[in-house]
Amino acid sequence: MKNTKGRFGEFGGQYVPETVMHAVNELETAYKHYINNEDFNNELRTLLRQYASRPSMLYYADKMTKDLGGAKIYIKREDLNHTGSHKINNVLGQLLLAKKMGKKRIIAETGAGQHGVATATVAALMGLECQVYMGREDTERQSLNVYRMELLGAKVTPVDSGTKTLKDAINEAMRDWSANCENTFYCIGSVMGPYPYPEMVRNFQKIISEEARQQIIEAEGKLPDCVIACVGGGSNAMGMFYNFIKDKSVRLIGAEAAGKGIDTSFHAATISKGSTGIFHGMKSLFLQNDDGQIDPVYSISAGLDYPGIGPEHADLYKTGRAEYVDITDEEAVQAFEYLSRTEGIIPAIESAHAVAAALKEAPKMKPTETIIICLSGRGDKDVYQIARYRGVNLNE
Amino acid sequence: MNNRIEKCLDNLKSRNKKALITFITAGYGGYEMTEKAILEMEKSGADIIELGVPFSDPIAEGCVIQNSSMMSLQRGTTLTGIFQTVKQIRTKTDIPLILMMYINSIFRYGKEDFFIQCRKCGIDGIIVPDLPFEERDEISEQAEKNDIISISLVAPTSHERIKKIVSESRGFIYCVSSTGVTGTRNSFKTDFKDFFSEINKYSQIPDMLGFGISSPEQIKEIKKYFDGIIVGSAIVKLINEKNISGSLSDINSFTSRLRYALDN
Repeated sequence: MKNTKGRFGEFGGQYVPETVMHAVNELETAYKHYINNEDFNNELRTLLRQYASRPSMLYYADKMTKDLGGAKIYIKREDLNHTGSHKINNVLGQLLLAKKMGKKRIIAETGAGQHGVATATVAALMGLECQVYMGREDTERQSLNVYRMELLGAKVTPVDSGTKTLKDAINEAMRDWSANCENTFYCIGSVMGPYPYPEMVRNFQKIISEEARQQIIEAEGKLPDCVIACVGGGSNAMGMFYNFIKDKSVRLIGAEAAGKGIDTSFHAATISKGSTGIFHGMKSLFLQNDDGQIDPVYSISAGLDYPGIGPEHADLYKTGRAEYVDITDEEAVQAFEYLSRTEGIIPAIESAHAVAAALKEAPKMKPTETIIICLSGRGDKDVYQIARYRGVNLNE
Repeated sequence: MNNRIEKCLDNLKSRNKKALITFITAGYGGYEMTEKAILEMEKSGADIIELGVPFSDPIAEGCVIQNSSMMSLQRGTTLTGIFQTVKQIRTKTDIPLILMMYINSIFRYGKEDFFIQCRKCGIDGIIVPDLPFEERDEISEQAEKNDIISISLVAPTSHERIKKIVSESRGFIYCVSSTGVTGTRNSFKTDFKDFFSEINKYSQIPDMLGFGISSPEQIKEIKKYFDGIIVGSAIVKLINEKNISGSLSDINSFTSRLRYALDN
């Protein structure tokens, strides 16, 4: 009999070492118990409202709309959440669950540092020990976030193995988990990993589209024509897509990091260039070579610099429900600057990939149509890097 | 019973001996090193060889095997190259050979072709650390068809899972000494008496202890609990890429000491 647990079509599953299977099962039991538990959900709702400052606003971008001369553009302001990104939605859910399970120690991986900062923040709030793994290269790209996590009381360990980026941070977190799973909760930052993580993280993020769906109907009296989000592992995109999946008239567009171009070897465009594989606990799409070795990937954005994608996205792609487009570094940086100047909003470089996709789509659409962009995070953390990209040296 | 692993273990059992299973990373130091090291280990007392297929992201491995995998991949090691090497080794020895590898390597090669190649080249078993009991159907059919034994792992954290895992196992049970990744440990926190008695309640096949076994002294203390040991990182450490003959002589003397500790 085939194992069908935690599958999205052919994707998903639980491909992890035996050492952590007990912990995975324990998590699954707790997750299933609490996800529909009224007290748990009340507690989580209160935290989301009072601590993370939800609901996040749906902002009508008037200047951008007029400038592009096509569809009306709305921006879902996840950047205004506490800690500056959508990551807090998931972390509050997982750490509340960890607390219910009696776990005292939290581990997490982080790429850009947004998930690490959110985890360190909520661990401080809940009085839990916190250990964050971050690729050495990312600690250098995002040193401000490293210091921020340390301020919050977390221990940040730079990872020197492999490509020294997000995938290696995940490898190291998994190794820690396999050594300490009896007392440690692994707070995965995206819709990836073994079941129940992809489903659980999506359920903690789906509040984005629950709110957005209601907000756009209030504003426009109808559903949007298109929603756009950036995709690394894919958590903000799953959150933004989820409640629109059944609304077949709504186009779902994921913006992948095409780095220096998908015809170079410097990109992280998993959907465009990947193939089915099994890695990091899941069957999904991965960038890999003919021998099944995971490819080194590249993006200007540390948060999108991942060689795989969550299994639910792989399924949405295979079934044709969602579309995925490639956005290069240059396009993302231009969108970063465009949104800053046009709307006075500095987006995270990750989210700027979604903005760039909207810049291409909006002019092709009618003024009666609407787009929602998920602005997954704020861009303060990226200012140094964008300056560097533009050849401006801020340190001297 | 035609599988070399089962024949070997039966033979050891009838002679009342414990098994010594040694590991090296395939292609680390080159394919020639791999071939010579296997023959050297057999000569100095190994009963079964575990050959690690290097993977870019070996999440179950500690630093030593991670590093050897990376060096091997940098040399250009591929699964196709490993199969060729095994074919050549098979002309020289009948020692049971097990590939230890991550599921993506099998999946990407093509499950069907992979197991046919295993059989053709003389591989007897596989150990896939990231393929737990729940996902065993990913490969079980093709493995069985070609009489390649997929070895099951049991960890100190397996608890209530032990029963279902071991009752469907073939060959031997790979008993993980303690939580965490491969590599040397100074001591084991696991209560081996409880751990093995739980396993033996449901299992008729031999128990092999692996992860962190690095010295003959360690073995003497705990060998009463199991039917054999798996030693990996401690052997991989002895490989010096620039000195084949020196590496082989170190591997020989270390393997001999392990053998002696198991037998006396």
